[in-house]
Amino acid sequence: MSSIEIRLRSQLGDFSLDVSFETPARGVTALFGRSGSGKTSVLRAVAGLVKTPQGLVRVNDEVWQDENRFRPAHRRPLGYVFQEASLFPHLSVRRNLEYGWRRVPEQERQIPFHDVVELLGIGTLLQRTTQSLSGGERQRIAIARALLTSPRLLLMDEPLSALDHGAKQTILPYLESLHDEFTIPSLYVSHDPNEVARLADRMVVLEQGKVIAEGDAATILTRLDLPLAGYDDAASLLEGTVSSHDHTYHLTWISTHGGRIAIAREDLPVGRRARVQIQARDVSLSLRAHSDTSIINILPAKVIDTHDISQTQMLVRLEMDDGQTLLSRITRRSALGMGIREGMHLYAQVKSVALLS
Amino acid sequence: MIFDWQPVWLTLKLAGVSTLILLVIGTPIAWWLARSTTWYKQIISAVVALPLVLPPTVLGFYLLIMLGPEGPVGRLTQSLGLGTLPFTFGGLVVASVIYSMPFVVQPLQNAFQSLGQRPVEVASTLRASPWDRFMTVVIPLARPGFLTAAVLSFAHTIGEFGVVLMIGGNIPGVTKVLSVAIYDHVETLEYGQAHLLAAGLLAFSFAVLLTLYLLNGRLNRNHQP
Repeated sequence: MSSIEIRLRSQLGDFSLDVSFETPARGVTALFGRSGSGKTSVLRAVAGLVKTPQGLVRVNDEVWQDENRFRPAHRRPLGYVFQEASLFPHLSVRRNLEYGWRRVPEQERQIPFHDVVELLGIGTLLQRTTQSLSGGERQRIAIARALLTSPRLLLMDEPLSALDHGAKQTILPYLESLHDEFTIPSLYVSHDPNEVARLADRMVVLEQGKVIAEGDAATILTRLDLPLAGYDDAASLLEGTVSSHDHTYHLTWISTHGGRIAIAREDLPVGRRARVQIQARDVSLSLRAHSDTSIINILPAKVIDTHDISQTQMLVRLEMDDGQTLLSRITRRSALGMGIREGMHLYAQVKSVALLS
Repeated sequence: MIFDWQPVWLTLKLAGVSTLILLVIGTPIAWWLARSTTWYKQIISAVVALPLVLPPTVLGFYLLIMLGPEGPVGRLTQSLGLGTLPFTFGGLVVASVIYSMPFVVQPLQNAFQSLGQRPVEVASTLRASPWDRFMTVVIPLARPGFLTAAVLSFAHTIGEFGVVLMIGGNIPGVTKVLSVAIYDHVETLEYGQAHLLAAGLLAFSFAVLLTLYLLNGRLNRNHQP
């Protein structure tokens, strides 16, 4: 039973929470939704910080709570990163890190102290007082502090939302490497589609205390019936592997089963998994595979469905030969001119690709 | 003029013992008041705050009756072979603890409330049991509150008069504390002795409060996030 199962039902005044989902016990599952959708309530219930009268929380084969049992938070092997770093002000940085670490029996410590310090780049901060740290540094310490308890589930409640843009950009790579370095499953609460695109493997979308969609992040982010694709920066995610480097033109090729994609040269080993993001507005459509165009990335695809987003523009959801989804934003006029309809085969011309990880 | 130190030592002993007992029993009460959301919490709050508004003689009068040979507590202490508490040092301690209770509970309750839930929640996600988080997070973070509580209860006990007179009387070496001694001196027109004690008490009280404010100022600066 390598999965995480969560079923919660509770009534808090006007707000009712009725959430039920199961997600694989690996990778990052994003709990996505607007503020007030119940994301944080779910996380707090999973942590045991609030008691939900009817609830089931199971992590692999360990039941943390059901109708009869309730393990208090300090007996659940989890790590929790709060929105604000919430470091203990009366303890030094090192003491903060050691707080949880020392409370875990030695034989259960699976993550060495130094690995965490190194991964998060906090070696030089250890002797400092928490008051002297910047927002980004504080959050890195908080993440390290949670990791040092060797958690079996990592819960993160919008860990970047209290940070400015610059600090956010410096922490994201740490979160990504976390994912590669340790095999701790995590639940990541966020309302930012870009953050989710970069970090999440799976998504659970919440609205008014209920799950409205769940599945692979790449699928959910491009579903036209969900509010996500309606954002101006609607985008799709493609997964592939680094297949070769072009030294002459300074390109890196990433191959998927549905076609290969060139990005600006990146120093990545061949065979490494790569995730790229493609903005819907950067994808144009063509009935034939042109060779007389400046665009390098041309992928064959099939139209799945379409959705008008304004009186001028529409989103077209395409499926590549390997089943991955691509979103294209074109004008309704072009769609009419090309006779775009479901099931039609055409070519997606991708003008710009961003490497996420 | 021979200075009688006995009331001074007795007063310090009474204040010290009462403060220790108050910190031990006031802390859980304050913690509960800071956290609880039950409807009868306000009743307990009001009971704890009563000594703030009651004339000490009223408190002393009821304590005298309760602790006396015919009172419910008095019967209990007698059946336990402890005799009765009025006019003993033990009786004074009991009275002081009740009389100074709000001076311990209120600063602690404020300190606990201003702490908020978060540090405790963080500690519990870091595997700290309730007792562990109380000792390692709540107490260190509420240190200014503990300091205020201890100093206020100590100082307030030193200054009590009405309750002492009602429940303790004026037995040298047993219940004759400073405030009673001063009263005694004035009654017998020994103004010199009264002056000495009164001025000493005034200076002491000022020094204690000044130290408290200086320390709290420093602690608050150190705790700025």
